[in-house]
Amino acid sequence: MNSTISILIVDDEKVVRDSLSKWFREDGYHVGVAENAAAALKQLQANKWDIILLDIKMPGVDGMELQQRIKEIDPSATIIFITAHASVDTAVQALKSGAFDYVTKPVDPDYLSHLVSNAVKQRSLANENLKLREQITEISRADEIIGDSPQMQKVFELIKTVASTDTTVMIRGESGTGKELIARAIHSSSSRRYFPIVPVNCGAMPEGLLESELFGHERGAFTGAQYRRKGKIELADGGTLFLDEVGNIDMKTQMDLLRVIETKQFTRLGGNDVIKVDFRIICATNKDLERAVAEGTFREDLYYRLNVFSIFIPPLRERKGDIPILANYFVKKYARIMAKHIHTVAPEAMDVLMRYDWPGNVRELENAIERAMVVGKEPAIRPEDLPFQLMEKRSMPASGSLAAMERAHIASILDQNNWNISRSADILQIDRVTLYNKIEKYGLKKPQ
Amino acid sequence: MSSTIRILNVTSLRQDRLLRIGKRVGDQFGVETTILKGSLNLSRAFDSSRRQWNSTILLAELIHQHPFPESKTIAVVEVDLFIPVLTFVFGEAQLEGGAAVISTARLLQQFYGLPPDDEQTLCRLEKEIVHELGHTFGLFHCRHFECVMRSSTYVEEIDLKSAELCADCRALLSFH
Repeated sequence: MNSTISILIVDDEKVVRDSLSKWFREDGYHVGVAENAAAALKQLQANKWDIILLDIKMPGVDGMELQQRIKEIDPSATIIFITAHASVDTAVQALKSGAFDYVTKPVDPDYLSHLVSNAVKQRSLANENLKLREQITEISRADEIIGDSPQMQKVFELIKTVASTDTTVMIRGESGTGKELIARAIHSSSSRRYFPIVPVNCGAMPEGLLESELFGHERGAFTGAQYRRKGKIELADGGTLFLDEVGNIDMKTQMDLLRVIETKQFTRLGGNDVIKVDFRIICATNKDLERAVAEGTFREDLYYRLNVFSIFIPPLRERKGDIPILANYFVKKYARIMAKHIHTVAPEAMDVLMRYDWPGNVRELENAIERAMVVGKEPAIRPEDLPFQLMEKRSMPASGSLAAMERAHIASILDQNNWNISRSADILQIDRVTLYNKIEKYGLKKPQ
Repeated sequence: MSSTIRILNVTSLRQDRLLRIGKRVGDQFGVETTILKGSLNLSRAFDSSRRQWNSTILLAELIHQHPFPESKTIAVVEVDLFIPVLTFVFGEAQLEGGAAVISTARLLQQFYGLPPDDEQTLCRLEKEIVHELGHTFGLFHCRHFECVMRSSTYVEEIDLKSAELCADCRALLSFH
């Protein structure tokens, strides 16, 4: 029985419509008929048809022209042309215009039966494929990146711009700002999203291990290599290779990596077979790569290969306006996970969060909220639920004078920015000369 | 359910050979079967350009010439049948109707250049009679490989299936 499949027969000859509809009904198909283009379009507007058998030669609007209109109404309709006058030209034209197939009247019953059955199978596979893709898109959608601030709006704009291209992306930002989240957002919005994003934490592995992790190895490549193992580059074929902490890669691996990026081929450690790969690179670092290049610890050619499109994620202290929205997002997230009825942050507690500088950025904020959710009580997070160090920051400095507060604040901003004068001056919203004057005035010294 | 099945023999096949088939067919549908030797005017159904007989016209002719509304009438003919869009058909039936027509032309081994085999022909004919009658009882084509209601678009497919209705089709039959 094929009762869920519907077939529309469009033919100006009544005998053809009648005989075909009868023949298909015996197979259990739901069958409709139309004697011309107008009737067919009416049928298409009233119902959805899986397969349309379309006569090429009809008075008025012919089959070819009707096909265009059908595709406008339902691009997924499977069209099989039928004609009494076979010619190579019309067959080619029909197939080029996107028809599933083309048959000549009278058609062999076995051939027609198989043709329709194949069309049904192909259609069901296409539907299944569509459903799976939707599921993948749903599953692979990166955790929501939260932020209302103009800085984050700019980041979202950059993600949108670069996602559809295949350009290498360098994500810069302090630890905890969500660089991997950004990488996943780019990947899941790109055409490579149906393939994996393979993250490699280059900072967490010693020299030899990273090489093996990236390139894989053959059996016996080194002591302990008992089995052949595919590397992350091979696993990322078709998808995205996310190199986190890329500034920590040793010089030897930098050279190998550069070669793979340039040639899109490599060999496993201890192997001879050349493996071709197709992947996109997204990398992230919180290191000053320009300085590393100047100091000779990072290859300049690799730097240029990786730093094609750069996205800078501002630290949380520079976009404090995002703290309430982020805090409330995490409250809701952990309320769901912990099944607790805490749904907001009390104003006094929010005040504490706003005053803190968040050196660990969004990750630290999330941890603080998670902890507060554990110890907190309904209906809202209170200041005493927050970690101790946040409360400490709130009460500093001890003396309470305006000068002491200014000194402590300037020192804190300078420390957080590694004494980068320009960036610190920007955050403090004063010019560089004023900042130098205040450093001198308060006797602040850069730590050695 | 109709009270009888009438098999109208319009071929040169001997009646006694059809009687054996008729008994088994009747058992499958749980009704009495009668075998009649008869005639059917085939001329209106003849298509000179194709040198074949239009089964739809022949079916209409059968209903016109042998109107028995209380029974299922199936005519067995020797001429090669077709419907306009297909190169041939083994037979045609009215879905949930009272009439069907079957051709022995393509059931014969000779049609395929092989030596005659009467037993084989009768075996195929029995399956086709049950199949087309199944349609008149409202059954669609069946997916079960061995079920007689499985669609057959070439003769070897008829040989592959059994002459019996599968359990699902029998269950459906009881609803009609």
